[in-house]
Amino acid sequence: MPKRVFITGIGIICAIGNNVNETLHSLLAEQSGIGEITLFKTVHKGVIPMAEVKLSTESLLEESGHGGNRSFTRTALLGMKAAREAMVSAGIHDVQQYKTGLVSATTVGGMERSEDFYASFLADPGKGRLINIVNHDCGDSTERIAVSLGISDFVTTISTACSSSVNALMLGANLIKTGQLDRVVVGGADSVTKFTLNGFNTLMILDKTGCHPFDENRAGLTLGEGAAFLVLESEDVVLKEQKKILAEVSGYGNANDAFHQTASSPDGAGAYLAMSKALKMSGLQPGEIDYINVHGTGTQNNDLSEGVAIERIFGDHVPPFSSTKGFTGHTLGAAGAVEAVISVLAIQNQVIFPNLGFTTPMKELQIQPINKLTNNVEIKNVLSNSFGFGGNNSTVILAGMGSDK
Amino acid sequence: MSDSSIYINGLGNVSPQKTFENNNFLGDPISCESNRLKCIEPVYKDFIPAEMIRRMGRIIKMGVAASKLCLSDAGSSPEAGNMRKIIPDAIITGTGLGCLEDTEKFLTSMIKNDEEFLTPTSFIQSTHNTVAGQIALLLGCHGYNFTYVHRGISFESALIDAITQMKMGELTNVLVGGSDELTANSFTITSRLGFWKQKPVETIHLLDDLQRGTIAGEGAAFFFLDNKKSNHTYARLSAVTTFLKPASVLKLSERLHEFLSAAGLNVSDIGLVILGLNGDPRTDRIYHHLAKKDLTGIPLAYFKHLCGEYHTASAFATWLAAMVLKKQSVPEAIKVQRLSGQEPAGVKKNQSAGLEHVLIYNHFRENNHAFILLSRPS
Repeated sequence: MPKRVFITGIGIICAIGNNVNETLHSLLAEQSGIGEITLFKTVHKGVIPMAEVKLSTESLLEESGHGGNRSFTRTALLGMKAAREAMVSAGIHDVQQYKTGLVSATTVGGMERSEDFYASFLADPGKGRLINIVNHDCGDSTERIAVSLGISDFVTTISTACSSSVNALMLGANLIKTGQLDRVVVGGADSVTKFTLNGFNTLMILDKTGCHPFDENRAGLTLGEGAAFLVLESEDVVLKEQKKILAEVSGYGNANDAFHQTASSPDGAGAYLAMSKALKMSGLQPGEIDYINVHGTGTQNNDLSEGVAIERIFGDHVPPFSSTKGFTGHTLGAAGAVEAVISVLAIQNQVIFPNLGFTTPMKELQIQPINKLTNNVEIKNVLSNSFGFGGNNSTVILAGMGSDK
Repeated sequence: MSDSSIYINGLGNVSPQKTFENNNFLGDPISCESNRLKCIEPVYKDFIPAEMIRRMGRIIKMGVAASKLCLSDAGSSPEAGNMRKIIPDAIITGTGLGCLEDTEKFLTSMIKNDEEFLTPTSFIQSTHNTVAGQIALLLGCHGYNFTYVHRGISFESALIDAITQMKMGELTNVLVGGSDELTANSFTITSRLGFWKQKPVETIHLLDDLQRGTIAGEGAAFFFLDNKKSNHTYARLSAVTTFLKPASVLKLSERLHEFLSAAGLNVSDIGLVILGLNGDPRTDRIYHHLAKKDLTGIPLAYFKHLCGEYHTASAFATWLAAMVLKKQSVPEAIKVQRLSGQEPAGVKKNQSAGLEHVLIYNHFRENNHAFILLSRPS
């Protein structure tokens, strides 16, 4: 029997809160974090909205205790803050006590600084401040987080576009199940950049009015930023330390759509496979899923493909579902972990957070998302989807421990 | 988990050497006076539909070609004309910097055109998982698809994931690989950071050069891992481990002995150690130390004079180790004749029994360290 894997700590920073409590508060208050671009100069300011974390890079740096050190990127700082919160939440004081790993995810790493460097560099290859490029790579933010937490046994980074941090969770769980590690901090961090903003803009999938996931009149996604981390621990550690369990990682699956580099297949082949694999691992029947936190970006293509795949899996009994990207924006490499944390909050509070921005059901689908905060629902099993470029589709199922825990 | 051996049953390697045909094992290695090695690229139309070649960035083409070569190598059989098309259970790749060319292209046009009139192709292809995604797309492979992007252990992370899931019984076989490309701009930038030797060096004399820095390289190497031995298995992938900067060289020695003992081996069981020596006197010290203290009497090899330094260079070393075990011979071009402070390794006493285990030790800029152990298939 493979070992069981439990979530014992969570941490988050995103457009609707700088920590778990603030994020929960905004979710319950149905308060979106989408607004005008303030973090960098761009021709899209005032035209395309974004979901920025409401802290400047300087404040994050100051708070991290590294004030004045210009080598920290925004991505690293966001990650360090959320990972620290997750460790505290898990009550971990001595990292060395158990074999501990860190698996982080990001899509752009230090790109927000590379952009600055590159402008000067293009004008003159001898110009551009090197401190702005040396931390460009994806591994940088992960190692900064690892150093800040004192983790060195196993440290790696995953980048599979918008499914990255669910994949980090999968690797972490597998490392615990096989006894290679006792606990793993998993998650992801991404900051907004001009690069991603313009990239998604060329694909014409940025909604100028903010995203409307699963709505007939949806016109694209809204970019967000943030970081979220979860502490996974083995059953042995949980029992020995008498840890409070937030949820169990009961199933997960990754599959490739193998249809198109960026577009999802019309029948949602990859999404269907990812959800099927996750259900199979958890041993649950589709009817036992109480809530789906959908990927639901708000693009024409994603929501249709995901909706079709959900209808194929769940038939006439699709559980209540919502996309929480109307709150947080699409946080790319952090999205899977952000939504895993939100799923844990849904379990803990027995509440379904609404799909902001929804008014009109999609013609092609029989289903529609929950668009009002729904309290006092029994939520034991939550399924969360994250899909990305390269046909990358991932699903994770989290299970609550019931009221006795 | 009865027989949990993992076999390397196929290879595909696009590198600065003539490696992509698998039949010539560094018979005439290329040495040149340079501080930047570029891949010898195959004829892509043999691997990729013509209409796709034009749009693909170089790393994507190299990665796709190496992976296809690897799968056809694994699927080929000694009986002529008998080819098995393999769709792997999973595709797991590693890359330090991903699709640099496309990233630079998009960044450049964004800056030059003040965020106007941009086209999506280079943005779409700039994502780090493009190589793995394109391989899946071309194969129609719906399986597990991951990309690791952690500096000097990106490839090793992919191996660890593959081993973990094969041992769990989740996967029976995996296409795993590492790829990185070097662009003119990234070479300029990393030169300013002091990564490379200022003056070109004759690559066969890389270890004798006293200038700081090393030589830049690139490559894409793929491996077909299978839980069954085939009639042309190269090697067994026995173990892989990675760790962040060890606190001391003593700690590094401890890691080595822990790693070997977990595999049930002693240092004396190792027939060859392939070291990541890159000619930078500042960082080669660590290899010298380990060789002197812990690897006394074990024949040593190096490889970065053949492929240059890059984040996934250890994939080239893994190719080398697999070939050495299959051919049971060590090419002259990779032998370390003498390291400062170490006596030349004599003929091992059990040499006649053949090479049983090859250990790879690589560190990337002293920060990311990894051991990879390959063994002769029983």
